[in-house]
Amino acid sequence: MSQCLLEASDLSMRFGGLLAVDQMALNIRTGEIVSMIGPNGAGKTTVFNCLTGFYQPTGGKILFKGQAVEKLPGFKIARLGVVRTFQNVRLFKAMTVLENLLVAQHRHLNTGLLAGLFKTPSFRKSEKAATERAAFWLDKVGLTEFANREAGNLAYGQQRRLEIARCMVTDPELLMLDEPAAGLNPNETSELDELISDLRKSHGVSVLLIEHDMKLVMDISDRIYVINQGRPLASGTPEEVRNNPEVIKAYLGE
Amino acid sequence: MNNYNATSGLRWFPAFMAAGVLLLLAVLMLGVQLTTENTQLVVDFAASERWAWIVSGAVFVFLVQLFRDPLTALWSGVKGHNAIPKISVPSLDDNKPLKRLLISFAIAGLLIWPFFVSRGAVDLATLALIYVMLGLGLNVVVGLAGLLDLGYVGFYAVGAYSYALLNQYFGLDFWSCLLIGGAMAALFGFILGFPVLRLRGDYLAIVTLGFGEIIRILLNNWTAITGGPNGISQIPKPTLFGLEFTRRAKEEGNVPFHEFFGIDYSSGYKVIFLYILAVLLVLVTLYVINRLLRMPIGRAWEALREDDIACRSLGLNPTAIKLSAFTIGAAFAGFAGTFFAARQGFISPESFTFIESAIILAIVVLGGMGSQMGVILAAVIMTVLPEFAREFQEYRMLMFGLMMVLMMIWRPEGLMPMKRPHLSLNEDQEDESASGQPAAGSV
Repeated sequence: MSQCLLEASDLSMRFGGLLAVDQMALNIRTGEIVSMIGPNGAGKTTVFNCLTGFYQPTGGKILFKGQAVEKLPGFKIARLGVVRTFQNVRLFKAMTVLENLLVAQHRHLNTGLLAGLFKTPSFRKSEKAATERAAFWLDKVGLTEFANREAGNLAYGQQRRLEIARCMVTDPELLMLDEPAAGLNPNETSELDELISDLRKSHGVSVLLIEHDMKLVMDISDRIYVINQGRPLASGTPEEVRNNPEVIKAYLGE
Repeated sequence: MNNYNATSGLRWFPAFMAAGVLLLLAVLMLGVQLTTENTQLVVDFAASERWAWIVSGAVFVFLVQLFRDPLTALWSGVKGHNAIPKISVPSLDDNKPLKRLLISFAIAGLLIWPFFVSRGAVDLATLALIYVMLGLGLNVVVGLAGLLDLGYVGFYAVGAYSYALLNQYFGLDFWSCLLIGGAMAALFGFILGFPVLRLRGDYLAIVTLGFGEIIRILLNNWTAITGGPNGISQIPKPTLFGLEFTRRAKEEGNVPFHEFFGIDYSSGYKVIFLYILAVLLVLVTLYVINRLLRMPIGRAWEALREDDIACRSLGLNPTAIKLSAFTIGAAFAGFAGTFFAARQGFISPESFTFIESAIILAIVVLGGMGSQMGVILAAVIMTVLPEFAREFQEYRMLMFGLMMVLMMIWRPEGLMPMKRPHLSLNEDQEDESASGQPAAGSV
């Protein structure tokens, strides 16, 4: 496989007396789909928050494309090309679906104040490009007909898809999905499966996934990390993880 | 249901309680008054007429509470038949020529109207326009970016005092001070924003409230420069390309407006000129904010109001966005302040008390957060209504409160809630349809 896109070593996160993540190591290579699984409260989302700069990890190193990012604020990490979704969907609910996608392209757009005030040709061009890009992704996730609907009024599955589209318009290198299948029916889950595979295939994005839906995880992942009580328990291909006795113990009990 | 009504249809106990509470409050607040007689405090009783009003009020409350159940039944019947009509402007989005025509007519009407009405009315309209400008500016901060700013009047004061002081000490004229006042207010917004914008919600509100008060107290106490509570007077009115609107030119070599055009002097010209200036300022404000709304920065403000964590995850810098909203909002207050100083000719810290901030905020909330037409309507209502309600004098604030309560019950989203801009996905694609649909059907 190709080189490491993201590499975390000795990652620790302590909240007061609670060691939520302990000596976690993780790497994602370009073009891989990697999953993190583990029981509730195992620290998966905390790892996510550390990787995306929402928490400053109390220990350890994170390298993104060779650059240390563990001290950077979240928005800077996002600008490097690491974007994420949230466990409980976080859309701009009062804004329309299309506006959600335009906001996400903020840093790619012509943000000059005067250019916008006087509608210069370059401003129009950049707005048009943004709209087209948004239209492309709306089509991809099947939300074109809802473009001018308020995002908060969409059905739950549609909101999930919009959130992924909103990440993708930023042209990320690493897409981090926090339980994208939560609350979806089996039908929608298999659509999600196809969407994620397609994102990797046609847009070259690597994916880090937290998910409880084992069918989706086993189906889609190249590698899986299993976390229990903040500590890495096992890692490997879906096959290896499935047959690992420790994993079975952690999930099913003794 | 009928059984229930038969046994307890009349609510004796709540009725007595309500009437009792009313009497207690009314007697203390309206019935007696402390006055000083020489060195002593004396309790004065109100005139018998007022007692009659208090008693009849208590009786009214008692009766309403007593017959509340039948009354609510009656009311819900009435309400069911004709629900309160919604104020809504017919959509003009798809009819651009008509929209432009209507806007031109409205502007022409606004400019011609003052020549046919009394001076007082024009003056009042000018005041309303100042509040429109303030409301639109605060709307950026509160309505769009969702930052509760209770010290907005501080920036208004900065703008007003910038003009007054620069004119007094350096003799700068209105037009250059208009820009400087806006820039000064923006600068204050920027400087205040840095430490403050890490705070959220209530905390932000308290700090901005403090800021507004600091500005006012500073102006009040820095007597050497600002004149303290005496304020600054004799601030010159704006000029029209150097033409003054006074009877005689104040400066050597200047020609007053009426002499230049060879017409008789009338103080009305000045009032109308100020009014037209205010209209132009409001139009500029409207245009700028309308553009901002359709620019990345305006969308980012709203996104920040909706969810700042999602903003960060998409690479938007929340601090920079908040700061821009705060700065731009403050700049509009600065413009309004400069104009206010020029119109009044006299300013003192008393014009910039907290109640002003509250009124501007009320305009934004009343009009509908983020809605520009709503804010304009609310600003006009809030400035014109008190003039009509002059007879009520001290009860004006009471009516104001009542209006706010009723608004919150019936239209919590404001008079004219903000409408989302309807963006067409393929507005330019009609003429270039070949390249229009990138990779359609690729999934």
